[in-house]
Amino acid sequence: MLSMMVFAPVLGALLLGFMGGRSPQALRSVATVFMALPLAIVVLLLATYHYGAGGLQFVQRTAWVPAWHIQYFLGVDGLSLVMLLLTAAIGVVATVASYGIGDRVREYFVWLLLLQTGILGVFCAQDLILFIFFFDVVLVPMYFLIAIWGGPRRQYAALKFLIYTFTGSVLMLVAVLALYFLTGRQTFAIPALARLAPHDLGRGLQLLLFAVIFIGFAIKLPMVPLHTWLPDAHVEAPTPVSVILAAVLLKIGGYGMLRIALPLFPQAVHALAWPIGILGVVNIIYAALAAMSQHDFKKLVAYSSVSHMGFVLLGLALATPLGIDGAIFVMFSHGLISAMLFLMVGVFYDRCHTRELSRLGGMYRTLPLAGTLLAFAALANLGLPTLSGFVGEFFTLSGVFATYRVLAFWAAFGLILVAAFNLILMQRVVMGPPRTEWESLAPVSARELITLVPLLGGVVLLGIAPAVLMNVINGPAAAIAASLGGR
Amino acid sequence: MIAAQGIPLVAFLAVAAVLFCIGLFAALRRANAIMVLMGIELMLNAVNINLVAFSRYSAPADAARGQAFALFVLAVAAAEAAVGLALVIIVSRRRNTIEVDKIDTLRG
Amino acid sequence: MLAWAPLVPALPLAAYVLHLIFGRRAGERTALFGIVALALSTLLSLAILVQVAHGAAIDRSVPWLRIGGLQVRMGFAVGPLEAVMLAMVSFISCFIEVYSMGYMHGDRRYNRFFSNVTLFVAAMLTAVIANNLLLFFAAWEVMGLCSYLLIGHWFEDPANCRAATKAFMVTRIGDVGLLLGIWWAFSLTHTFSFAALPGALGAMHLPAATLDAIALLIFLGAVGKSAQVPLQIWLPDAMAGPTPISALIHAATMVAAGVFLVARTYGIFLLAPAALHWVGIVGGISAFIPATIACVQTDIKKVLAYSTISQLGYMMLAMGVGAFEAGIFHLLTHAFFKALLFLAAGSVIHAAGTQNMHEMGGLWRKLRTTGATFVVGTLALAAIPPFSGFWSKDAILRAAWASPDRALYWLGTIAAGLTAYYMTRAVVLTFFGRPRDAHVQEHAHESPAVMLVPLVVLSVPAALLGWVVDRPLRQLLTPHAPAAAAAGVYGFLPLLLSLAGVAVGLALYLGPLARREALLRSPLVRPVYGLCKRLWFFDDLGAVVMYAVGLGPSYVIGAFDRYVVDGVVNGIGWLAMAFGRLWRKLSTGNVQAYMLTMVVALAIGLVALQAMGG
Repeated sequence: MLSMMVFAPVLGALLLGFMGGRSPQALRSVATVFMALPLAIVVLLLATYHYGAGGLQFVQRTAWVPAWHIQYFLGVDGLSLVMLLLTAAIGVVATVASYGIGDRVREYFVWLLLLQTGILGVFCAQDLILFIFFFDVVLVPMYFLIAIWGGPRRQYAALKFLIYTFTGSVLMLVAVLALYFLTGRQTFAIPALARLAPHDLGRGLQLLLFAVIFIGFAIKLPMVPLHTWLPDAHVEAPTPVSVILAAVLLKIGGYGMLRIALPLFPQAVHALAWPIGILGVVNIIYAALAAMSQHDFKKLVAYSSVSHMGFVLLGLALATPLGIDGAIFVMFSHGLISAMLFLMVGVFYDRCHTRELSRLGGMYRTLPLAGTLLAFAALANLGLPTLSGFVGEFFTLSGVFATYRVLAFWAAFGLILVAAFNLILMQRVVMGPPRTEWESLAPVSARELITLVPLLGGVVLLGIAPAVLMNVINGPAAAIAASLGGR
Repeated sequence: MIAAQGIPLVAFLAVAAVLFCIGLFAALRRANAIMVLMGIELMLNAVNINLVAFSRYSAPADAARGQAFALFVLAVAAAEAAVGLALVIIVSRRRNTIEVDKIDTLRG
Repeated sequence: MLAWAPLVPALPLAAYVLHLIFGRRAGERTALFGIVALALSTLLSLAILVQVAHGAAIDRSVPWLRIGGLQVRMGFAVGPLEAVMLAMVSFISCFIEVYSMGYMHGDRRYNRFFSNVTLFVAAMLTAVIANNLLLFFAAWEVMGLCSYLLIGHWFEDPANCRAATKAFMVTRIGDVGLLLGIWWAFSLTHTFSFAALPGALGAMHLPAATLDAIALLIFLGAVGKSAQVPLQIWLPDAMAGPTPISALIHAATMVAAGVFLVARTYGIFLLAPAALHWVGIVGGISAFIPATIACVQTDIKKVLAYSTISQLGYMMLAMGVGAFEAGIFHLLTHAFFKALLFLAAGSVIHAAGTQNMHEMGGLWRKLRTTGATFVVGTLALAAIPPFSGFWSKDAILRAAWASPDRALYWLGTIAAGLTAYYMTRAVVLTFFGRPRDAHVQEHAHESPAVMLVPLVVLSVPAALLGWVVDRPLRQLLTPHAPAAAAAGVYGFLPLLLSLAGVAVGLALYLGPLARREALLRSPLVRPVYGLCKRLWFFDDLGAVVMYAVGLGPSYVIGAFDRYVVDGVVNGIGWLAMAFGRLWRKLSTGNVQAYMLTMVVALAIGLVALQAMGG
């Protein structure tokens, strides 16, 4: 079942490759079908997962490279499931949003489908080498998607993305190999290592390996000061790719920390909780301030992503069920909200062909529906209660307050800045006098609405009834916290 | 079996070493590509002498092994010569020269 | 009946959804969604009030979320305080919506206006019946959002956008304080419930400093929302919104929510006497400073805005001196007469086409009904008996006299005199004297009935409410409190000052202009006048803080990120490339040179191996 889900997009890519010179419409529908397939399977998994039992389910496990004890080992728990749901849903949204791409359509969708396989695989892999394999599979399609269909500085941005992320993956590989040889347990399976590694490694080694893996994932998250690849990649990437990048790809960083870095090195986590928490707060404040000073619509939104990932770091530093629950919720919610924001950037860019904030303005009047949707997304982004952004941040920080009071105060200060850049965004894009140059813009199309409305619905639903998602997360969060000896 | 016919192993090795050095010199210093190729042949054959000599002077159980290797090298050398000459012909057609130091498309 | 209380906010919320779905097609009839819903809410909340008056109460909650092993519950509660608030809020907002039908007639975003107002009221009602801080905070933030959207209703003008953003940001500072207070309380007690929190905190024997800090953080939220010094700077700017919004924000909902929050968490404040004292101090200062500023404003809405801050200061003052019920009493009377004043001012603006009082004058002849209701509101605000403001302000100042900190009494009393003065000034400048602008005078006409009816309806409670509900309200809110302390002659001092204020106002502004100008030139008055005109430098301070904490660092960080962080990254990239260029020189393309290198390297390797292997 899991393999089917992970490799369905590859089938789609093969089909696209051999389909012969059909019309772009046919290519698009094939891509959409094969993107929707994983979503259907994830929904099925969510429905049939046995929540009472918890743990890894739907496990598939065979030897892959027996000489090195590498396994083809897939399995999901609640954490994987919510990430898979996000990935599959955003995949469909991004595919629909890609209908506007007219250049080298076949190739584009092939890369997009391969990318999807890589991400789905990352979230299911329970073997470290398999994890790194999928992690690297993600890089290649992403590189081409940015480098071929990107903006004017696409080569630079794509290369920067590739080098940064690949550095992360190499660091991870080094740490994983070190882990393999140092524990001598002859396995790369994550559950087994989580059980055994803490006893095999001394405190110093744990700290070292944790730091290396942490930096690997921190690049992906991204964490200040390893973040500068993100704004560039976002600015150059085409809209649907930005959506996937922000909504899903960044989550690999947070997911990796939760799945690998935390359970394998509990002592290190406890020792480094303060620094990680401080880094989280720095992320929030630094990126929010940087966002305030941007002139480019998309860059502002990109920095906002960096800022929100600070809350994830804070939740991880907390290492309690509350903090981890909060961190996962923030990741999911940010997936929906940032996807909306980037789609909105696309909506405006497609019409105005500029992202200069100073040239936009008065969009409430010229494009009322688009203006309202952007306002909605910005308000969700600033953490308005009744929308999903609030819940995760609120509970994460309520947990942080109990343990690291000083950090909570600084994070609260960060919340003011987060509000500030979102308000600046609204003031500059949707408010103000309508500009004559944008008088006759096409209203929001049905296709754009199809991509936006489900996200909007999700944001509202999770804001009002967060229990829907939280009930799935609670189990794994408690398990991770337990592996850390948290309360 | 050791030291048959009274010629010591060292003699064989010495010949092979001289032959190898001649081949090496040719490969490194001659300007003509054909000469370079011939130098390489010489070096390979020096190795062959060594192989055969060692197999002759070692234990009988291993006697065939060195000779087999030598045959193997001969076959590869033949193939190498064929490919190498073909390349030289193409280069000469394209660039009207087979002077090795004129062919520097690999320069960075 | 009490179990139906959630319907009170649910009805306007449903109306909001109807606005969203059918608003565009309904044209101007869309207003009826909200008005009908609010009328039903009013009836329901009056019925609830009657039941509560007979001793009923309710507190229900359901599980909402399990997170990190904790169970979070959501629910509602209705007691005396909440019932009174529900009735007041729904009643006033219903009439404000009726009034808006006339005021907003022909506006290009008519539906947007009504949907936002309805959501605003729904949020306020939710905040009132919430039985826990989390739901309260959610409603509180939605209110902030609606006020943001409504202040920016005419967003085409950049000044309005700035005002909206400023309102959101300044209240956000308070909100973050409130959040910290909520987190602190929650991290100690694991509950958000209003009913359980004071008991739980009290039972923990926490150090006084902790309790004070929690209470003050919660109070910071109230300071932001209720526009108390020093976070009052957003409220005068918020006058950029349509006038009915000013009535709604400054009377029934947003600013009242701050006072209501203090009242709702009063149990926590009672555990923290030092914090409670600070509530009183902030209230006293907020009553006094804005009153002085109101004396020099020329914009009729700004006068009312500063008076609102000042009156809210009275309410906080009452809370701070322990006169909880007097504060709520003033909240109630103020809601009616301030809504009345704003709506009447709206009617004047509608008629005159200007907000500058110096361009008005002599409008009494044209605007009889508006003028009469405005005067009723003025008398209530100036605390002239028997109008409603007198009773509640009197109760507050009596309590202040009885409290240990008599400075608060003096602040409140002087502010009472100032209040009477500036309101008299506003009335005279607007309605009496000679017309100063012929065009305005010619253009002026009385507003339509749909606007006048709410004015007349609201002027009845504005006039009579204080006298009627003084005793019943006190019994309802604090049944066992002792009778108010006798303050002797000091009990009459505020009234005397109020009358004096009216007299000075009349004398100055009915008199010739030259006298006022002469007064302004006197060395005693001029610096004070300048200080008030400059708003006591609070807005300048706000700008400095904004640049020092927000925009300034943001430019620094932005440049740092672009040039230093990214510079280092690109520098590393450049180094790698430069290294590559250097190495390139070694590739001559000469195959024989390569071979030579190989042979030499091999030889060195063999020799090394030999040397090492021995």
